[in-house]
Amino acid sequence: MATQQVSIDDATREAGGGAVRRAVKDAAIWGLVALGVLGPLVGLHAVQDIRGFLRLDGRWGLLAVLVGLVVAGSLFGSLVVEPWKERRARTRPKAHPLAERARVGFGRWFPPVAIAFVAVYPFLALWLTGFSGSIKWIDNFGIQILIYVMLGFGLNIVVGLAGLLDLGYVAFYAVGAYSTALLAKEFGLSFFTLLPLAGIFAALWGIMLGFPVLRLRGDYLAIVTLAFGEIIRLVLINWVPVTNGYAGISGIPRPTFFGIPFTASSTGFAKTFGLAYSPIYRGIFLYYIILALALLTAWVTVRLRRLPIGRAWEALREDEIACRSLGINTTNTKLTAFAIGAMFGGFAGSFFATRQGFISPESFTFMESATIVAIVVLGGMGSQIGVAVAAVAMIGGTELLRELDFLKAIFGSAFDPTQYRMLLFGFAMVLIMIWKPRGLISTRSPSVFLKERRAVSGSLVGEGRG
Amino acid sequence: MDVFLQQLINGITLGSIYGLIAIGYTMVYGIIGMVNFAHGDVFMVSAFFALIAFLVLTSWIGIGSVALALLIVLLVSMVLTGLLNWAIERLAYRPLRGSFRLAPLISAIGMSIFLSNFVQVAQGPRNKSIPPLLRGEFVLSDAGGYVVALSYKQIVVWVVTALLLAGFWYVVRYTPLGRAQRACEQDQKMAALLGVDVDRTVAITFVLGAALAAVAGTMYLMYYGVISFADGFTPGVKAFTAAVLGGIGSLPGAVIGGLLIGIVETMWSAYFSIDYKDVAAFSILAITLIFLPQGLLGRPEVEKV
Repeated sequence: MATQQVSIDDATREAGGGAVRRAVKDAAIWGLVALGVLGPLVGLHAVQDIRGFLRLDGRWGLLAVLVGLVVAGSLFGSLVVEPWKERRARTRPKAHPLAERARVGFGRWFPPVAIAFVAVYPFLALWLTGFSGSIKWIDNFGIQILIYVMLGFGLNIVVGLAGLLDLGYVAFYAVGAYSTALLAKEFGLSFFTLLPLAGIFAALWGIMLGFPVLRLRGDYLAIVTLAFGEIIRLVLINWVPVTNGYAGISGIPRPTFFGIPFTASSTGFAKTFGLAYSPIYRGIFLYYIILALALLTAWVTVRLRRLPIGRAWEALREDEIACRSLGINTTNTKLTAFAIGAMFGGFAGSFFATRQGFISPESFTFMESATIVAIVVLGGMGSQIGVAVAAVAMIGGTELLRELDFLKAIFGSAFDPTQYRMLLFGFAMVLIMIWKPRGLISTRSPSVFLKERRAVSGSLVGEGRG
Repeated sequence: MDVFLQQLINGITLGSIYGLIAIGYTMVYGIIGMVNFAHGDVFMVSAFFALIAFLVLTSWIGIGSVALALLIVLLVSMVLTGLLNWAIERLAYRPLRGSFRLAPLISAIGMSIFLSNFVQVAQGPRNKSIPPLLRGEFVLSDAGGYVVALSYKQIVVWVVTALLLAGFWYVVRYTPLGRAQRACEQDQKMAALLGVDVDRTVAITFVLGAALAAVAGTMYLMYYGVISFADGFTPGVKAFTAAVLGGIGSLPGAVIGGLLIGIVETMWSAYFSIDYKDVAAFSILAITLIFLPQGLLGRPEVEKV
C-alpha cells in the first residue's frame, strides 16, 4: 500500500512540470477572456455628462485588479484544487448510497434544536442587543428569513415532493397578499379572518392555473408557470381601478393581539400591559405568527408524506407512467399538490401584506419565484431541513451584507456593500450548484421502510419530469 | 389597413430581434436539453458591448461613417459576447452536465441574476441612451394623413437579420461543424463514439447562440437607442416564448415564432391596449403549450418507459 502511494507521488512529481506549464497556459487564456469581457464592461464606464450625452471614463486600475484575480483564481484552481480533488477521489472510497446512517442522527437531533433556537431567538436578540438594536435582528433577519422558509416549505410540496417545477410560485404569494389587502381595506376584516381566506383564494388560483397546464411536463411546465406568474404581475400593474397599479395599496391594517392593537394609544398593547411603548412588541408578535405558520407548513408536509396523497406525490415524482399504470389519478394528484402548495403561498402572502402594511407589484417579480425555487433546490429538493438551512444561508447571508459597514473603511466611503447583494446572491447560486448539485442536504429519509429507517442518498431520488 | 401595414412593419422588426435571441435558446435546448435562462441577460450584456464599442468609435476614434461604425460595433459585440458565453458555459454549465436536470437550470438562473446585477454595478443603474444613428425613412403611402413609413433603421434590422440567418443556416446545414452539432443533438453518446468532440461542439453552440444574441443586442440598441441593465429579462422570456411557439429545437421554428410574437405584440398594442401587450405574449405561450405542446415545427416528444 505504502509503495503504491510513493510511486503515484513520483508520477505526480514527474508530471508536475507539465502540469505547471498547462496551468500557466490556462491562466493566460482565462486572463485574456477576462480582459476581453471585463475590458469594456469594467474598464470603460459610460457616464452621462451634464448635457445628457454619454462619455467614457477609464477604470484601468480596477480592470487590472479583476483580471489579476481571474488569473490567480485559474492558477489556484488548476494547481491546488484539481490535484486535491484527484487525491481525494483516489484515497476516499465512494460511499455506498445506502450507507449514510450517520446522517440520520443529524436528521433526528437537528430539528428540535433548531426549533428551540428559533423559539427563543427574539428574546435572545432582545437580551443581546437591547430594545432599539434588536428590531433589526428580529424584523429584517428573523421575519424575513422565516417568510422565505415558509415559502420554501410550500413550494417544496410542489417541486420537492410532486416533482412539478413551478417557476411562478410568486403568483400565489401575490394572490394571498392582494386578497388580504383588498378585503381588509374594503370590508374591514381582521388579519386572522383573512389568513384562511387568503389561503383558500390562493388554492383556488392554484387549481385554476394548474388545470390547463397538467398535460405539460418538465421544462414546459416550468415555462408556463413562469408565464402565469408574469401575467398575474402584469394584471396587478395594469388593473389600476382595483389594484392601484404601480402605486400599490397602503394602509393595510396590522394584526392585533386578541383585539389589542400595537400602538402607542391608551388602548394599545404597551399601555394595557403596563409596559413602555416600543415597536419591538409588534415585531416579536409578527415573528411568532410567521414562525407558527412556517412550522404548520412543515408539520403538514411531514404528515402529508405519510398519507396516501403524499405517497402518490412522491410516486408521481419517481415515475409518472408507473403511477398511472397502478391506478393513481395523476390529474387529481398534481392538482392537490398545486393547490396545497399554493395555499401555503397564499398564507405567506397574507402575512407579508399585514407585516409590510403596503404592497405593490414590485414585490412579486420573477426574481422572487427564482429565489424561492433556488432555496428549494439549493436545500436539496424534498428535504425540509435543507430548505430551512438554504433560506437562512441565502436570505440571511444577503441581508448580512447590509451590515458590512466596516468594509467602507477598506474600500473608501463610496463603497456600498448593499449593491453587491444580488450580485453575490446569483454568484452563490452558481457556486452551490457546482459544489453540490443535489443541494445542501443530499440525503432523504424515506417515509416507508422495512426494518429500520435509513437515510437515502438524494441521487437515488427522482426529480420528476412533470 | 394603413395602421395594419405600419404595425406589420414594426412587428417584423421587433420579431426579427426576438427570432435572433430565440435561436440561442432553441439551439442550446436542442443540444443539451437545458433552458439557458441567462440568455436574455447575455443579450442585454451584448447591447452594452455594442454601446461601449459605439462610444469608443465615435468619441475616441471619431469615425464618421455610420455604416462602417455599425459594422465594427456589430463585430466587436459578436466576438465579445461569444467570449462571454463561452466562459459562462465553461464555468457554470459544463461542470453540471450529466448532473440532474434542475441543477443547470438553477445555475442558469443564478447566472442571469449575476449578469444583470454585474452590469448594474459596473455601468450604473440608469438607462443609457445614444443619439439616433439613422434618421431617414421611405414613405410607402400617405393616404388620408396616416403615413406608412419604413425607416432606414428597420431596413437595417431586416437586412442584417436575414443575412446572418442565411449564414447561420449555411453553417448548420453544410459545414462539418453543423453536422457535428446536429449529431450531438440526436445522440451525444453515439456522436462521441464516432469521433465528435461533444464538449467542443457544445461550447461552439453557446458561442454561436451568443453571437446571434449580440446581433439582436446591437440591433436593439440601434433601433430603440436605449438600454439598461434590466432589459434582458422580458425580451429573454419573449424570445423563449418564440422558441417554444416555433417548436423548441427547430431553427426555422425559432425565427417564425419570433416573427409571430413580434407581430402579435405590435398588433395588440395598436388595436387593443398597450398595457396588456406582454400579457398577450405570455398568453400565447400558455395557449400554445397547452394545445400544441410540440410547437409549430417541433417534433412531438415520445414518452418511453
